[in-house]
Amino acid sequence: MAAARSNRPQSLHDISNLSNFLINGFFWIYTILCVLPLVLVIAVSFSDENAVLVNGYKLWPEKFSLSAYDFLLSDWWSIVRSYGTSFFVTLVATLIALLTMSLYAYPISRQDFTHRKLFSFLMFFTMLFNSGLVPFYLLYAQGLNLRDNLWVLMIPMFVQPFFVLVLRTFFTNSVPSALLESAKIDGSGEWRIFAQIVLPLSLPVLATVGLFCTLNYWNDWFLSLLFINDDSLYTIQFRMYQALLDVTFLSANSSAYSAILAQNPDYQLPTETVTMAMAVVGIGPIVLAYPFFQRFFVKGLTVGAVKG
Amino acid sequence: MTPSTDAAEVIIKAKTPNARTKPKQNIGYWKKFGAFYIMMTPALLVLLLNNYIPMIGSLIAFKQIEYSASGFIQSFLDSKWVGLDNFDYLFSTSDAWIITRNTLLYNAVFIVLNLVIGVTLALLFNAMRNRRLAKLHQTAMFLPYFLSMVVISYLVYAFLNPDIGIMNRFVLPWLGMEPIDWYTEPKWWTIILPIINTWKGIGYYAVIFLAAIIGIDNEYYEAAKIDGASRWRQIRSITLPLIRPVIIILTLLQIGRIFYSDFGLFFQVTRNSGILYDTTLVIDTYVYQSFIVSGDIGMSSAAGLYQAVVGFVLVLLSNLVIRRISKDDALF
Repeated sequence: MAAARSNRPQSLHDISNLSNFLINGFFWIYTILCVLPLVLVIAVSFSDENAVLVNGYKLWPEKFSLSAYDFLLSDWWSIVRSYGTSFFVTLVATLIALLTMSLYAYPISRQDFTHRKLFSFLMFFTMLFNSGLVPFYLLYAQGLNLRDNLWVLMIPMFVQPFFVLVLRTFFTNSVPSALLESAKIDGSGEWRIFAQIVLPLSLPVLATVGLFCTLNYWNDWFLSLLFINDDSLYTIQFRMYQALLDVTFLSANSSAYSAILAQNPDYQLPTETVTMAMAVVGIGPIVLAYPFFQRFFVKGLTVGAVKG
Repeated sequence: MTPSTDAAEVIIKAKTPNARTKPKQNIGYWKKFGAFYIMMTPALLVLLLNNYIPMIGSLIAFKQIEYSASGFIQSFLDSKWVGLDNFDYLFSTSDAWIITRNTLLYNAVFIVLNLVIGVTLALLFNAMRNRRLAKLHQTAMFLPYFLSMVVISYLVYAFLNPDIGIMNRFVLPWLGMEPIDWYTEPKWWTIILPIINTWKGIGYYAVIFLAAIIGIDNEYYEAAKIDGASRWRQIRSITLPLIRPVIIILTLLQIGRIFYSDFGLFFQVTRNSGILYDTTLVIDTYVYQSFIVSGDIGMSSAAGLYQAVVGFVLVLLSNLVIRRISKDDALF
């Protein structure tokens, strides 16, 4: 086979050995550039603070140390609580968002629905024109008085027009209208058709949109920045944001930290390594989960690329 | 109403031609589509809250808000109209020019980079012999897309920390350069931000372009090969023209957002450093800064409305231009 390849290209997409070598080399470098920053952060978090201060961040810990994690553990409750908030918001909000958006997408996907154009436009228009931060903030914070309330982290992203259009396109193209017709003749109401025919047939698109919602909710910190002041409602992202601003923030409410100080007045907060340990704690689940979800995202992106 | 009476009515209607009078038709409409309206209600409520009520609220930009004890809505109604005063203030400062320039230039650079590098990466992926390896690289390239801007700001900080970061400790000495105080020198951010934006988002664009390339029928290439077309020629004459619709739609979507920026990129990654504002302040961060931090409602809502209106006009314009060039590729 190797001999055959050197004579003439095997397949249409075949390329010369030199370009193959160059392309491979390029991608290896690029892959390293994508992974390297994460490795760096993890390495620093496991390093000894003094070694880091003297020699700078290194890709491999010169002197291995768990003191950064020791310190974070001293305040484990606030981190666990933030995780709890993040998981709760992500899970509940994603489910509600999926339901809300599919319930909207189904009627506007139905060709026989007289006003589907109007309702599609109401959705589409919000992609074009946006009122800006100030009225949005005032409505939620003052009009509805939802400050320091978990709902305010969820409601603003319940309906994302682009996803609604993706769902609509899928419903139109992949759920045969003959099937809907025959269900109607058999006496099913719209709710039944939606729940027992449309949703089961749309699992692929629901999975992708659901994953995108999960990612958006999990990674969101902006809504917390706007509306959350109560320490007990911080999401993990927002806690990370605070920690990067000020490492001592992590210890502000920690009785464990004062206990350490009482025992050892010379105790120095390992700021550099703790910062990076906090990053590792915050990155955790998404990096572990993403290789499994990645292919769904890739599929979803190609669904989304279809004109709405 | 029970199902049996429903059915009965349908039968009666079918039997009597006179039943097709106007009021009866309306009842039929609600019976047929009433469920749809209930289905759409939750989303409509959210749209109302998120988008349509705030649109009315944009009128704040023409008012001088004064808080009273009678609640938010009342104080909005009571505040006096000041016409374009807020806009006058905004455009009399140098801020207006800086944020407009920064927003437009960065986004223009981002669009070009996403397009050029995205298409190039997709072409290279497609050319790879080893599909397994291509999948592995794609997974790695997609990784940054999954990270939040908070995480990205940590990663960037690990590189740019002025004392012990990788750049100042290793890369610059290795290049024989003096250390740079990254978070206080504005000029470097015109390079840093595009690099980060591309690094984070390019996986997304490459995947979409790759999907489009894979969708191209092999017969085109076979025919080209028989005619003796080189690989370059095939890319130029087959691949690029055939993925043009995807290129145009993605670019159009980005141009539509050219007046909006990724708040996280400009706020988190720069650590909102005031010294850097000359090259890092964009409309979004300006609105946040002047509203939440300085509490200047008039100026920030004027800036917000300016962003919304110009953004809207730009979407319409870019769509119009595309319509002129090729009607099928326009978004609407």
